[in-house]
Amino acid sequence: MSKQPTTEAGRPESGVVQQLARDDLERKRFLKIAGKTMGPGAAAAGLAAFIAACGSAKSSSSSSSTGSASTPASTTPSGSGDLAIVNYALTLEYLEAQFYDNVIASHLFSGPTLSTLKAFGSEEHQHVAALMTVASSLGAPAVKPTGKFPLTSASSVAKLAATVENLGAAAYLGQAGNIKSKEILAAALSIHTVEARHAATLNTVLKLSPTPDGAFAKPMDMPSVLAAVKPFIA
Amino acid sequence: MTDSNIVSPELAAIEVHGISRASFILRGAMTAGALYGATAVGPYVGSALAASGGGDLEILNFALTLEYLETDFYEHKAKMVNLGGEAKSLAALIAGHEQQHVDALIKAIQGAGGTPVKQPTFVFPVTDQASFLKLAYVLENTGVGAYNGAGPALSNPAYLAAAGSIVQVEARHAAAIGLLTGQPVTPDRGFDKPLTKAQVLAKAGPLIKA
Repeated sequence: MSKQPTTEAGRPESGVVQQLARDDLERKRFLKIAGKTMGPGAAAAGLAAFIAACGSAKSSSSSSSTGSASTPASTTPSGSGDLAIVNYALTLEYLEAQFYDNVIASHLFSGPTLSTLKAFGSEEHQHVAALMTVASSLGAPAVKPTGKFPLTSASSVAKLAATVENLGAAAYLGQAGNIKSKEILAAALSIHTVEARHAATLNTVLKLSPTPDGAFAKPMDMPSVLAAVKPFIA
Repeated sequence: MTDSNIVSPELAAIEVHGISRASFILRGAMTAGALYGATAVGPYVGSALAASGGGDLEILNFALTLEYLETDFYEHKAKMVNLGGEAKSLAALIAGHEQQHVDALIKAIQGAGGTPVKQPTFVFPVTDQASFLKLAYVLENTGVGAYNGAGPALSNPAYLAAAGSIVQVEARHAAAIGLLTGQPVTPDRGFDKPLTKAQVLAKAGPLIKA
């Protein structure tokens, strides 16, 4: 499966997000996942490269597979086992929720596009609330990070939103096999596909493929994700 | 939910029981933050663990049946109703993905020493582009719920990884179709509802002829 985003049909804008699409978005595919062969296992490199192509993080193309099973607990935000994973997810959701809050407050968007962003933001807040409660039941919830996001133009914000959502989807996918509790796994899966829906929507708006990885979405391991979000933590 | 309305024997198997204390905690958590309706995490998790003798192979075959269904829908039905424009290109894109899912599942089942189910015959009550897209939206969302419901019951981590990789793509399909047709891209808001076998059968079963 070599990654050729151009072989995936670009999706013209439709309905809800026309305004956003009109914002003369840079058509250049920022989702440049160099044509590497990758199976469902060797996934992290692609997204890392894609983040790097956005100029927002250094590439960590050496990162390996799904194998966050081997992720040492010391790299996790806090706690160990399921708590560490829940806190990791909570940290990402905090950032996403704050990102949308800031975007909404920026007045860069209006109309149906703003409504979509508000809906996505409120869904991220739902994730925060759920994960915070779960983390509290397991131990100590992660401390809320302070995000810093460049909100300069509608087009750059739209791209950043897509970046964040694709990263989030890959992050959840990367942890599925590490979660011990079936209940927490079920919740993570339930959140994972919502992140995927957000990502596909934003990609479509940006005239990128809704399925940049083709038929099999690629996971991303914890160190790579944390490296990718680091620039957005104040 | 050992329902008697099993349309196809291949579609048996994703029943799981065992709501633990943690799911009650989780249910509280989810309802606290969410407007997503009556379905809470607990019940569906309860229906996703440890099938009665089912096991990974049955789950994989169940998934294979759904992927056969989707592939047939996008490959053949799409041509019969003469899709145009964006609908046509999106259906072609999705068809390729579903076929890859079929191939991967067959390989996984054979690799585990199992026998892949044969492709059933399907019938789709679809006559034009609008009804095609309407059913496509239902099928993709059902696929998301089916994988999410079955995921926790898989005991082999490799299968869980594969199922996760596939379900993310199903969710992306669902959103793309929703966006194209003006339907919600996140119909369950923050938390996609997992489906039990019975719920999947209620939606997909009538499409399976034999």
